[in-house]
Amino acid sequence: MNKLDRNQMAARVARDFPDGAYVNLGIGLPTLVADHLPKGREIIVHSENGVLGIGPRPAPGQEDGDLTNAGKEPVTLLTGGSYFHHADSFGMIRGKHLDFAVLGAFQVSIAGDLANWHTGGADAIPAVGGAMDLAVGAKQVLVMMEHLTKAGESKLVERCTYPLTGARCVNRIYTDLAVIDVKPDGLHVVETVEGLSFEELQRLSGVPLKRLATAA
Amino acid sequence: MIDKILPSAEAALADIPDGATIMIGGFGDAGMPAALINALIAQGASGLTIVNNNAGNADAGLAALIKAKKVRKILCSFPRQTDSWHFDKAYRAGEIELELVPQGTLAERIRAAGAGVGAFFTPTAYGTRLAEGKETRRIGNRDYVLEYPIHADYALIKADRADRWGNLTYRKTARNFAPIMAAAASCTIVQVRETVELGAIDPETVVTPGIFVKRIVKH
Repeated sequence: MNKLDRNQMAARVARDFPDGAYVNLGIGLPTLVADHLPKGREIIVHSENGVLGIGPRPAPGQEDGDLTNAGKEPVTLLTGGSYFHHADSFGMIRGKHLDFAVLGAFQVSIAGDLANWHTGGADAIPAVGGAMDLAVGAKQVLVMMEHLTKAGESKLVERCTYPLTGARCVNRIYTDLAVIDVKPDGLHVVETVEGLSFEELQRLSGVPLKRLATAA
Repeated sequence: MIDKILPSAEAALADIPDGATIMIGGFGDAGMPAALINALIAQGASGLTIVNNNAGNADAGLAALIKAKKVRKILCSFPRQTDSWHFDKAYRAGEIELELVPQGTLAERIRAAGAGVGAFFTPTAYGTRLAEGKETRRIGNRDYVLEYPIHADYALIKADRADRWGNLTYRKTARNFAPIMAAAASCTIVQVRETVELGAIDPETVVTPGIFVKRIVKH
């Protein structure tokens, strides 16, 4: 099968953003989506620290320490962009003004529960950032993750064993193997990568999957 | 005549007592009032409760304050980072208490304090361990968690320009927590790049009105 690499996953997510969409891209893998926004569409990228309209990475030497994203990486501002304080920024999130939030995940349950902030280990120092706000606030919560852990276990689970970020909050899951919608009656496979059958994906996933009526 | 501009950070911070609750602006380095934090370390107040989004990066600023063992407790959303070694060490040694707050809830609790709001219901963290033990309520068809304001004795923030009345403008994403912290603290101390004549800041562009600011230091 042709597993997607990280950039191909990012491009696949970006393809689903319509012209005019307001999107938040989480730290890590989701940040890559910014490099693959479809040309010809105006897509406004929000960052929790207080900016709308993030543009491309600055050229080397052009970084501005006062202009960063939620990952504290230097960014640029598009013409038409704006700045605002943190409470307004999270008001935009909780107030359901963002069309999409793209988040990484340790696990997603068949009910759409998300676990992405804490491994639950006794000696682990927890850090949550804006993940819980994005999980409840965005109109559509999209998860972007490898389908399997490094040990080969499915990250799609009956019930999350890691502490939850949000309950029943995930709408769609993009992995290196498939695109899957979370619906009230379970997980529906929208598409699989080339060379991967529904049956094989089902076997790897370990949780019940449904074929979307339109899927191949 | 009102003149909130002081000659030095030392003068601005002189009365901060041990055990004070201090909000420190900034998101990573953007908006971090480094000169004020350095002056706070030199001033020597200890047993502090600190409110910031993070728990220090690398060796400067808030990280240095933690390294100097001045912090008893920290309220933040994202302490663990690749360069949060001073916090990590103090936390693992049991020297520092952590109240982990989701980022938007942290911001709104600060805003609530400045706005005189007694508490608020937020959907964030409902059904997670960060809401354990908290009052919840179903409003309409959603579940919410009751959250209380965070007040502070002092706020140390960084702005771009100030006039002597304390009207402030910021620069880009360095604004982050500063406007809401300015309103939530009894005494807000601002480090600015530039002080300007009264009237030089267009009233339409004032981000933090002077009523929220007590002391200004140019640095």
